[in-house]
Amino acid sequence: MASFLILVMITLGVPMIGKAYAEYADVVINNFSSAEGMRPVVFPHWFHRVRFRCKVCHADLGFKFEAGGNQMRMVNIIEGEYCGACHNGEIAWAPENCDLCHSAKPNLATQVHGSTSQTLVTPVTGQPMEKQERAPKAKVLE
Amino acid sequence: MKTVMVMLSAALVAVFAPAAQAQQGDQVAAAAKNTPVTQGQPPAKEQTPVKPVNPFNRLMQDKSTFNPPPPEDGIHDPGNEGTFLLQPPREAFGAFVKSNFGNRVDWVKTLDEGKINPRWDRLDPKAEPDVLDLNIVRVVRGSMPDVLYPHAPHTKWLTCENCHDAIFVPEAGKNQISMAAILMGEKCGVCHGKVAFPVTECRKCHSLKKEAVSKN
Ligand code: HEC
Ligand code: HEC
Ligand code: HEC
Ligand code: HEC
Ligand code: HEC
Ligand code: HEC
Repeated sequence: MASFLILVMITLGVPMIGKAYAEYADVVINNFSSAEGMRPVVFPHWFHRVRFRCKVCHADLGFKFEAGGNQMRMVNIIEGEYCGACHNGEIAWAPENCDLCHSAKPNLATQVHGSTSQTLVTPVTGQPMEKQERAPKAKVLE
Repeated sequence: MKTVMVMLSAALVAVFAPAAQAQQGDQVAAAAKNTPVTQGQPPAKEQTPVKPVNPFNRLMQDKSTFNPPPPEDGIHDPGNEGTFLLQPPREAFGAFVKSNFGNRVDWVKTLDEGKINPRWDRLDPKAEPDVLDLNIVRVVRGSMPDVLYPHAPHTKWLTCENCHDAIFVPEAGKNQISMAAILMGEKCGVCHGKVAFPVTECRKCHSLKKEAVSKN
């Protein structure tokens, strides 16, 4: 009985660890999801960069380098924009697999996981010293 | 015994709550607006395990927590069925060249050694990037080694328009770059510290000994 209990506690305990150790560069996207009663979206960079170079998404498909910066709506996605350029049943599985994209813990805010600003022990307060005279030197190596 | 029973029922509630929630997820899927997904989720406070107050490293992440499978990573919802269908990073990274930072993968070497061949074009698996082999040295004030910015590893992943002119004007020395800006996510920090290797890896950028440069 007691050992069963302990077992239950252990199996439950693992995913219950409060701290987030998400994979570096996982992006949580939540501009609209929570407000519409869906779990937020998790976009895994590591998984996609094994299959595509950055250029495909950030130049050809026009994704901005900004978490939450692309105001994506499901209607855009089913019309073949954003994630829908690939998640169309041809290049990758189609949008009816809601749970694969909408997989974040409820109400998580938009964020990039493991980003420097998230992992710094102390927050960055230093401002770039733009005003200072320091014509940067640079040269090209042949 | 009574307390044991109370604990057991609490445990059972906890066991079934995620399942109930997963079902709810399906309903939400069918009628996007229906139920708040938060129901049945224990409040965050209960989830925090008691930690010893004097561990050796208080502020650093424990190594055993690197590359966790999605249900245990703290951002994916273990109460969502789909979460369990996602690939655990370790399964994918097996043959990749390891590193001590970021994804724990050295993406430059993994690509150069042909362990992966990500598409350069969404549809055409044969399209190849035009790699530009142009190195730029940024002379750094103070004792830190100078920065060598190599176009080659960048143009294997990115196209010129990703950086020029939105982030950098293409002229050696024209751009004001500082560490503070990088840490705040500007300049090199648009990518480094978010998706490309993190800013903690000083030597990857500050790779030129001062003497070597001043001799030229
Ligand atoms: C390929 C990934 C993907 C799949 C599959 C997917 N979504 Fe989304 N969905 C997104 C992204 C990305 C957003 C934008 C998230 C945000 O900003 O909150 C979004 C937003 C939404 C929103 C809020 C914005 C809006 O359009 O009203 C709803 C509701 C939604 N999805 C429902 C669904 C449902 C229901 C399904 C399954 C039929 C589904 N999604 C499948 C990626 C996906
Ligand atoms: C399959 C498509 C895809 C690929 C490939 C991809 N990205 Fe992204 N990237 C995204 C999406 C989607 C977002 C989130 C956009 C949003 O939230 O609106 C994003 C966001 C970002 C951000 C913004 C993070 C922040 O701090 O706000 C950066 C930087 C970035 N990507 C860099 C890269 C780099 C570097 C590569 C190549 C190694 C890459 N991406 C490959 C789709 C992709
Ligand atoms: C350039 C094409 C492309 C774009 C754009 C893209 N994906 Fe994907 N995605 C893929 C491919 C290919 C797979 C692998 C499909 C398979 O395994 O059959 C995939 C798989 C996934 C997976 C499952 C990963 C796993 O563990 O199996 C998720 C989640 C996902 N994509 C989310 C997204 C979201 C969210 C977006 C938009 C923000 C997006 N993708 C945009 C190509 C793309
Ligand atoms: C990841 C960002 C990035 C990408 C991608 C990139 N560059 Fe650059 N480029 C830079 C930086 C940083 C500099 C140096 C600017 C400085 O020193 O102020 C630079 C400088 C240059 C210069 C000036 C050299 C000189 O002698 O003055 C040229 C020309 C140039 N890039 C061309 C290109 C071309 C062509 C491509 C595409 C094949 C490209 N760049 C892709 C970041 C990038
Ligand atoms: C648009 C995104 C982007 C910007 C901006 C950018 N980088 Fe990178 N950089 C990458 C990517 C992607 C890689 C491939 C390795 C990785 O993902 O960790 C890379 C790799 C590198 C490497 C090679 C590391 C090695 O292992 O050989 C160096 C050095 C580097 N970057 C320095 C810089 C410097 C210095 C700047 C600013 C002047 C800069 N980068 C700006 C995306 C970027
Ligand atoms: C992504 C590449 C990159 C990484 C990683 C990086 N630096 Fe820098 N660093 C730069 C660039 C670029 C400059 C600006 C050089 C110039 O003035 O042209 C710079 C400048 C500096 C300076 C001069 C003062 C200033 O703010 O301009 C110091 C000191 C410095 N870095 C320290 C560090 C330390 C310590 C680390 C590791 C924690 C680090 N850097 C990691 C790219 C990088």
